[in-house]
Amino acid sequence: MQAVFPLTFAALLFSAGVYGVLSRRNAVLVLMSVELMLAAVTVNLVAFHGLVTTDVGDPLLSGQAFALFVMAVGAAEVGVGLAIVLLLYRNRATVNVDDADLMKY
Amino acid sequence: MSALAQQLPAGVEIPEIPWAAISPELTLFGAGILVLLLDTAGPRRRTSSVIALAILLGIAALAAIPGGAAPEIVALLVGAGVLQLALTLWLHTRPRLLGAVLTVVALVATIGIAAWQYQAAANGGMVGTESLLADMVAVDGVALFTRFVVAGAGILTVLLGFAYLQDRRIHRGEYYPLLLFTATGMTLLASAADLLMVFLAVEILSLALYVMTGLARRDMASQEGAFKYLLLGAFSSAFLLYGIALVYGATGTTHIATAGVALSDPGTPAGLVFAGIALMLVGFAFKVALVPFHMWTPDVYQGAPTPVTAFMAAATKVAAFAAFLRVFTGGMEQLAWIWVPAVSVLAAITMLVGAALAVVQDDLKRMLGYSAVAHAGYAAIGLVAVSEIGTGATLFYLLAYAIMSLGAFGILTILERRQRKAIAVADLRGLWQSAPSLAVMFALFLLSLAGIPGTVGFIAKFGIVRAAVDAGLVWLAVVLVISSVIAAYFYIRVIVAMFMDDEPAHLADAPVPPASAASTAVSVAAVGVIALGVLPPAVIDLAERAATFAG
Amino acid sequence: MLAEYLPLLLLFAIAVGFVGVSLIVAARLGPWKPGPVKAMAYESGIITSPETEIAGSRFPVKFYLVAMLFIIFDVEAVFLYPWAVVLRDLGWFAVAAMAIFILLLFESYYYVLRKGGLEWD
Repeated sequence: MQAVFPLTFAALLFSAGVYGVLSRRNAVLVLMSVELMLAAVTVNLVAFHGLVTTDVGDPLLSGQAFALFVMAVGAAEVGVGLAIVLLLYRNRATVNVDDADLMKY
Repeated sequence: MSALAQQLPAGVEIPEIPWAAISPELTLFGAGILVLLLDTAGPRRRTSSVIALAILLGIAALAAIPGGAAPEIVALLVGAGVLQLALTLWLHTRPRLLGAVLTVVALVATIGIAAWQYQAAANGGMVGTESLLADMVAVDGVALFTRFVVAGAGILTVLLGFAYLQDRRIHRGEYYPLLLFTATGMTLLASAADLLMVFLAVEILSLALYVMTGLARRDMASQEGAFKYLLLGAFSSAFLLYGIALVYGATGTTHIATAGVALSDPGTPAGLVFAGIALMLVGFAFKVALVPFHMWTPDVYQGAPTPVTAFMAAATKVAAFAAFLRVFTGGMEQLAWIWVPAVSVLAAITMLVGAALAVVQDDLKRMLGYSAVAHAGYAAIGLVAVSEIGTGATLFYLLAYAIMSLGAFGILTILERRQRKAIAVADLRGLWQSAPSLAVMFALFLLSLAGIPGTVGFIAKFGIVRAAVDAGLVWLAVVLVISSVIAAYFYIRVIVAMFMDDEPAHLADAPVPPASAASTAVSVAAVGVIALGVLPPAVIDLAERAATFAG
Repeated sequence: MLAEYLPLLLLFAIAVGFVGVSLIVAARLGPWKPGPVKAMAYESGIITSPETEIAGSRFPVKFYLVAMLFIIFDVEAVFLYPWAVVLRDLGWFAVAAMAIFILLLFESYYYVLRKGGLEWD
């Protein structure tokens, strides 16, 4: 099983997400970058299922079940996130992360 | 892939549902749903729907008797049905009060059940451990102790918040369900025996807390706090998850204890082990706010409505540390050589940076936010001691911190009602003259946070130092003392402003109806600080006996 | 293991190939007469205005709210798939468990409905 490909892909995806969170100004894009990170984890969890080499194996498919939970929770997180971004936008007419600077140091 | 899940694999069984063991979570969650539904309905529909629910609970109780359920369960179901029916009929025209009362009832029930479970499991010695629900849920000392603290903090929060939220016109019906869901997530997090449960519980509590932080829809700081909390919370969850995925890849399981054993097997790929532990550590460090992963804490503490801040400081910290303890101290004891140095360094930096940054703050909520960062560093020392003494010390420290921070933020809640804006240190000048009892209690909480003898803060810090010395981490104990000295400066600065300054600030300009509930909550916290400071042995004993993990 | 994914790869190649070939053939064989009307962005027959253009557009919040609610409820359905696969083996236990799950979903749906989350105006 060449788990190397999906794992490398997941690592790259995760790094892209981290880069996006750190570099993007637009709050919606930052949220999307967080979703990229979660997607990377999902890829990892599914790919690792084939890697598991312990005697028992993984009869419960816990990795794949975990992936489903990650997807569902990710959707809920984005729902709450967009709602908060929307409120912020209504109050100040911007979705620029750098403008959220009422409180510093 | 085609062979997957064609049939139930050997060794997989339908789990027995341990109704009694998870009844605290069910109580909290059920109450949350109930309060949410009651809030959406009008007065008349409220009554009729609650009668229907009472009948349903009665049927469930009847069905549980032949099902061989324990008599406690039946009694609990019947009691819950009668109680919610009576309360709703009594208060059906005052939805907010009804929500508050039902919330307090559910939290009190949780404390009661947890106390009963603790008694049954401890039986005079260390708390016994049990792994339930196909090893998803652990009922052990750490879990039960956390239930006490979370539910207690929840009760005080409800009492603190009622008048405050009313004043600010943010007393929305969703507040109490969110509080209950958060509490559910916290108790679940403390009893999660599987990394999947850890993730789900973290998300349950965080999602509800994001919304609670942003409850003040017109207040920009509240929105901003919620936004930063959400972004950094989701960011850290992703790190935690990536770590979990790597641990799963290395061991083939997400069960904490099993994975811990498999990780220390020399045959496990070292790269996965190191990367997995490191990423999980980053995730947890974010959640408990260790420097350099603390950036969100001051902003969120300052922005959130003050009662929410109080709850966050008191309860979230306990729950997050409980999971931190379970995964690292409990699950990866043999791998201590990897993570103990890292966490020790983080704890040391946290103590120093938290205290140093708090010194320069002027806004009191923000100052207490930075002090919360420093306190996370103190509590983390018990974690790196990797011993029963250390775990017990951390648990007691978290209880002590919960009481102190609830008290301190509670005083701020009361003061903010009078001033209707954020409180700076200068606003407290001469508080001794205008409100002597508040000033004395605030001074008490600050002295306790500083760790002055005679208060619970001292006892808790002493326990941490003892654990550190016992584990040979004398340098951490030294850093703790240095940090405490720095911290004492800003606590005492506030006290000096309250008692010494001659020209009083105009704080009591806006007369507001007194909030007896909030005063009661603060007084309870003050009594707790003194009582545990003078006569701590009984509760220390409770915490030390709770230092058990289900394996 | 990877051989199992060969059909998928093939499908992908066919899809890309089809699009590529169509584009090239259309560009080579079709007449090329640009005009101002043709250059306008196609918006399902609606006259384009700055408001409806995708770039810098402002969609009314109501669309966003319903879309978000849809996504959340939609994603919850993901748990139905593994459930359906093992339903026969797990029997009534699984039915009861899913019933509770669906009940909770309906509860949140009821909440959304009562709070006016699905009203367009």
